[in-house]
Amino acid sequence: MADKTLTRMDLSEAVFREVGLSRNESAQLVESVLQHMSDALVAGEQVKISSFGTFSIRDKAARVGRNPKTGEEVPIHPRRVLSFRPSQLMKERVARGNRR
Amino acid sequence: MIRSELIQKIAEENPHLQQRHAEAIVNAIFEEIIEALAQGDRVELRGFGAFSVKLRDARIGRNPRTGETVEVEEKCVPFFKAGKLLRERLNAAKASE
Repeated sequence: MADKTLTRMDLSEAVFREVGLSRNESAQLVESVLQHMSDALVAGEQVKISSFGTFSIRDKAARVGRNPKTGEEVPIHPRRVLSFRPSQLMKERVARGNRR
Repeated sequence: MIRSELIQKIAEENPHLQQRHAEAIVNAIFEEIIEALAQGDRVELRGFGAFSVKLRDARIGRNPRTGETVEVEEKCVPFFKAGKLLRERLNAAKASE
């Protein structure tokens, strides 16, 4: 597993293959897509991509944490965390593709 | 925000693109991510986050309706971890509310 790591460059390449744009413009489009998704999430919106998955924001309450090394108590402030729930289709394709 | 709204935004920002091209672009990005994960690869998008595949061990499950036990085989599941920049942005926005 995890044979290879894809980056923005590979996504740009996929866009480049799909539509006849320049590599430079393809890269900018990938960036815009990520930017729009990030902006929506930062605004507290859910991002729901059908047949891919749903990104949502959850509010976490403050709690007392502990430094596992020193045992020292440290306050953890309330924060927002991002969670991703893959679609059924994505789960099926990933499970099928990695079956051993 | 849903897929079609994302496509709409891309189309509006790029008036030289046809609607079907905006659609093809957005779809190609998500398709490429799923395809990579299906092959066991990782997708790392700095600032946004990383998609990877995790192995779930085989386990004895239970049918919640009948209570019957069933063997669940080990399987791979997609996993996403938000990037540092996005995590910081989520909490910066919260602080200034």
